[in-house]
Amino acid sequence: MSDRHLRVARVCKSYGRQRALVDVSLEFVPGRVTAIVGPNGAGKTTLLGILSTLVRPTAGEIRLGDEPLGHRARQTIGYVGHEPGVYPDLSARQNLRLFAALYALSSAEERIATMLERVDLADVRIDLPTRAYSRGMLQRLALARALLHEPEILLFDEPSSALDPTGVRWLVGELRREREAGRLVILVTHDLEAASAVAGHLVVIRRGRVTLDRAQPAGFPAAEVRALYEEALRDR
Amino acid sequence: MTGSFWRYTLLIAGKDLRIEGKSREVLYTMGFSAALVVLVFSFALSNATDPAQGPITAAGVLWAATLFTGTVALARVLDRERENEAIRALLLSPAPRAAIYAGKLLAVSLLMLAVEGVLVVLVGLLFSAEVFAHPGWLALVLLLGTLGFAATGVVFSAALLRSRNREALLGALLFPVVIPVLLAASRATACMFDPLAPDLEPVAFWVRFLLATDVIYILLGLWVFEPVVSGE
Amino acid sequence: MNLPPALSLPTMPTAPAPTSTRFLAACGGAFLLLFLACLAVAEAPLESVMGLVQKIFYFHVPCAWLLMLSTLVCAGGSIAYLFRGSERGDRIALSAAELGVLFGMCVLVSGPLWAKAAWGVYWQWEARLTSSLLLWLMLVAYVLARRYGGTSARRLAAALALFAAVDIPLVYFSVRFFRSIHPQTTVVSTLGPGMRGAFWLSLLSFTGLWFVLMSLRLAVENAQARIVELEVLLDQAEEKKS
Repeated sequence: MSDRHLRVARVCKSYGRQRALVDVSLEFVPGRVTAIVGPNGAGKTTLLGILSTLVRPTAGEIRLGDEPLGHRARQTIGYVGHEPGVYPDLSARQNLRLFAALYALSSAEERIATMLERVDLADVRIDLPTRAYSRGMLQRLALARALLHEPEILLFDEPSSALDPTGVRWLVGELRREREAGRLVILVTHDLEAASAVAGHLVVIRRGRVTLDRAQPAGFPAAEVRALYEEALRDR
Repeated sequence: MTGSFWRYTLLIAGKDLRIEGKSREVLYTMGFSAALVVLVFSFALSNATDPAQGPITAAGVLWAATLFTGTVALARVLDRERENEAIRALLLSPAPRAAIYAGKLLAVSLLMLAVEGVLVVLVGLLFSAEVFAHPGWLALVLLLGTLGFAATGVVFSAALLRSRNREALLGALLFPVVIPVLLAASRATACMFDPLAPDLEPVAFWVRFLLATDVIYILLGLWVFEPVVSGE
Repeated sequence: MNLPPALSLPTMPTAPAPTSTRFLAACGGAFLLLFLACLAVAEAPLESVMGLVQKIFYFHVPCAWLLMLSTLVCAGGSIAYLFRGSERGDRIALSAAELGVLFGMCVLVSGPLWAKAAWGVYWQWEARLTSSLLLWLMLVAYVLARRYGGTSARRLAAALALFAAVDIPLVYFSVRFFRSIHPQTTVVSTLGPGMRGAFWLSLLSFTGLWFVLMSLRLAVENAQARIVELEVLLDQAEEKKS
């Protein structure tokens, strides 16, 4: 029985003349939140694209447990970006019904009801299109969408970028909760505070390379995260 | 395997049609714009009263307006995915890319056909063309022409999803490719509208041609859609 | 400058550099062929009906052939790029498309010149002319898409190239299926013996010219790719040093 670790081995990604990722090797473990931080253009979003199977690496390989990560893994990956990824003309329920069908979920209605409760959207008017939702509501719906099919892997791409402080606190709470539930959580963020609040594994990416890869089960105090980040960015 | 492919296709087409059907805004605006195109042509060509040209003009106008309609339908069905990056969530799901393509193709085609029904009547009225002389053949030609247009349109619209010059480029890329389809369809339609045509042999020929072209374009579209729409 | 040894790099482009002897020999051969072809065409008997004007045929048909060849090569490169991420395929596709635009222009200019003399009109909307024009337009669109298409330009253009390639059979067989005043495609086998030799020589030498131009164009693209590789190596060397 293999472990369900996500292993990235010597992954490179080039877009024509630009090298977005060079020789990236990392290991992600269930029940732990990995925070990936780095300056803009470092390659974090590209890495997440590869981890979500949307982008094919130019070289290297990625394995989930024993198997290479392929399109079959999509059933078990959940993604929350800074855009909510829901259809603005449909209501929350209609959106979730669509995604439930896309993921071929049985007892979809129950699951949808549970998720809406969980993200506190159960009381919203049933037929209100999500176009009318606030940013915070959209983000909560996005999380519901991502968790609907009970994925093993949860990917977040700058989820707190458009949230207010309450929203960020809520997000951090959800991240903790998913970590406790044993999910493999990867969080790409600029928000070092949020990262320090939940991460047990810190990765710094700069110019397509990993300059820091440290796991600390006890977590990282905020000051330490900042210090590590700054050091990893310093020109050596 | 094929069962789930069709399930996904219908799911995606259904989603798009439900969104469009909800507000019906698109049908009204598309229909109205297309009707205006026909009216403008009718006015512009009203002095060219050579009766022999009648069926050819009518057929040409019908298909020009259809082309215009199609561009709008493509914009609605594909551009909609850009809002909220919904397309990413769709691509991340287990839905096969080919099914996403087929679903979009279906949705765009149905939207176009709905408007074409109105256009046929309008063209018949304004150009005094015998549009209902051969309803079966006409329906077939409309269907095949629409499918041929949509088959290529969905591919290019999807490829342009993230591009800045989307509107300008779509026309430049799409029109040369669909002209054979439009040519065949309007030739067939012109023959059908012509009361003096000896037989429908040309129609049969162009229908076969359209069928072959559609099959090729759809197969090509199914094949090419995945690399074109996923991230590099 | 000491480059670090044995770093695994994607395949370095391997087309012959424009100054290598092999390439110069190939160029020389191509130009010699062209020269011979010109002589042959000049010597070829005059066609009974059209006279001298008919000799545009020796230029027009090879250019039409090269338009199609360019489209096919562009499509092939596009397939390699789309389905196997081959950068080399992409470079080949771009170079072929540009040559297609070039030779397409030759076809579309020489054709009407001949048409005016032969049929009295510069242009006719019949199947083969229309399809050739469309093919050329699609190649122009390909080049435009590459330039102005933004981020996903290459994939978009690659898709377009495939649709353009599908247009080729339309070009060739449409003459068979649709009555037209364009000479039938089987005209080549009905050429007189003196003409046939000149024709094939002309075709061969134009194809040689195409290969020379492709090599030159590819060399430019490959050189640019090579520069990027070297920049990366330099980057890596600097990182290792620090």
